[in-house]
Amino acid sequence: MNELNAIITIAARDVIKLLRDRTRIVGTFLFPLVFIGFLGTSLDSSLSGQVDFNFLDFVFIGVLAQTLFQSTAAGLISLIEDRQNDFSQEIFIAPISRLGIVIGKIIGESIVSLILAIGILIIGPILGASINLTQIIYLLPAAIATVLFGGAFGLIVMANLASQRSANQIFPFLLFPQFFLAGVFTPIKELPLPIFILSRISPLTYPVDLMRNLYYWGTPIRESGTLYHPLTDLVIMAIFGGIFLTIGTYIFVRNETIR
Amino acid sequence: MAKNKNIIEVKNLTKIYKKEKTPAIENVSLNVKKGKFYALLGPNGAGKTTTISILTTTLTKFSGEVKIAGLDVEKNAQKVRQKIGVIFQKPSLDPNLTAEENIRFHANLYGLYFFRPTYRAMPESYRKRVGELASLLGIEDSLFKQIKTFSGGMKRKLEIVRGLMHEPEILFLDEPTTGLDPVSRKALWNYLNFVRLEKKITVFLTTHYLEEAEDADVVTIINNGKVVFTESPAKLKEKIIDNYLTIDSRQNKKLAKELSKKTINYQGDGPFRIKLNGIKPGTLIQSLKTPISQVDVRQPSLEEAYLNLINE
Repeated sequence: MNELNAIITIAARDVIKLLRDRTRIVGTFLFPLVFIGFLGTSLDSSLSGQVDFNFLDFVFIGVLAQTLFQSTAAGLISLIEDRQNDFSQEIFIAPISRLGIVIGKIIGESIVSLILAIGILIIGPILGASINLTQIIYLLPAAIATVLFGGAFGLIVMANLASQRSANQIFPFLLFPQFFLAGVFTPIKELPLPIFILSRISPLTYPVDLMRNLYYWGTPIRESGTLYHPLTDLVIMAIFGGIFLTIGTYIFVRNETIR
Repeated sequence: MAKNKNIIEVKNLTKIYKKEKTPAIENVSLNVKKGKFYALLGPNGAGKTTTISILTTTLTKFSGEVKIAGLDVEKNAQKVRQKIGVIFQKPSLDPNLTAEENIRFHANLYGLYFFRPTYRAMPESYRKRVGELASLLGIEDSLFKQIKTFSGGMKRKLEIVRGLMHEPEILFLDEPTTGLDPVSRKALWNYLNFVRLEKKITVFLTTHYLEEAEDADVVTIINNGKVVFTESPAKLKEKIIDNYLTIDSRQNKKLAKELSKKTINYQGDGPFRIKLNGIKPGTLIQSLKTPISQVDVRQPSLEEAYLNLINE
């Protein structure tokens, strides 16, 4: 019970921090605005003749998945920030398990990302993307899986970084190529072999595909607009997520105590 | 636990940091009895923070044995954490939260109260306790302000309040007054002494300020990772401080002759410096036949003695 209480407490702290961080809220609105607004609409006008689906919708869901994944992963950066502010000491001497601390952080940042996704759901339709209530309900479980997976990815990256500065420098290198490799903006069904391999080992590929699967569920576009069956995406995410979480927690705890 | 039992037991504790060849601490042994005020004194880099970090479960040891309230710190880390409160060298408050939120976060983490999103939603007992502590510190008006607005001294007090919320058996303080001005330092110590006596809590302090260790029941001096000395401050003074009597006379030669005759060791040829070593100055002066023109009893400060000791 104590463990659960501690997890909720750690998670709630991240939500409180978000509500006090106006820059982060504004930033999360601006990013999809640029990508869906400019990239989505321009790709739609130039490529819409070549595919059988609306490109703006395709980019909209891609950006939604990418934002959920990226925001949670980047949110885990606060583990480093805490370490530098020495706030992690307060968490680390609390009588709770180290796994509890990590789970609390991931849940907190996941909730933060889901709150921020509301912004994209508002901006998308304003820019011309279409989404209805049924689709939103379908997307919700996929969105939850995406944020949790993003959190596990963030954890393993952050556990290996020593400072906020190195995180700021390395994190974009690990993330930006995935925008293209995971098919956030363009279809990646057919790719040259080296890019194909990179694309399939890019973690973001699977949440993007899972979200699109559920968005297009019951329509013929699901066949052309997605890569795998949603269950395949989910199993891959569960396996990778489990590995990231285990190794990430192990490294994070080891770095904190074995010096 | 019986009162005379050791609540902290450290045996031959050694820590060698990764990529280091020499140990940060070597064969450190110490015991602290329940309810006592224990001070680990030493210069910067002596190994104080390393020792306290291992004792508070945030750092793994290389070898040795550490027990807190009878529990091995590595095998029973979680149980040990429940029994201790820690005030770190660098403040560990969340600057994005208010003072009350920092306290609430701690209370929730330690399972004292179930999480609730606002202060008002917290149980009456919590609000009462926080209110009492805030008034004790005189921070009632700042309780709902963000930590960013707090002075160094206020942050420290808040950390102590927070550290005591779960009623720990031992309070670890790692150089708690570092970075504080003398006024804040004095105020903090007044508060700490009050808390120590009121709560009858065991206090483990690391410091490089000698005056902060003077009120301790036991002082251990650590230097270059090794224990140099463990005693009560009074015994420490007795052992490491030599009292001197300085006397002078208009008849220097006669006095020197008389001192030699009485086999009293002295330095100088007027004034004469005599190491007292348990000799009472009054008795000595009365026993002298040569008229004395000047008398001075000198006791070096603990600070001087401490500096001599760690420079040896």
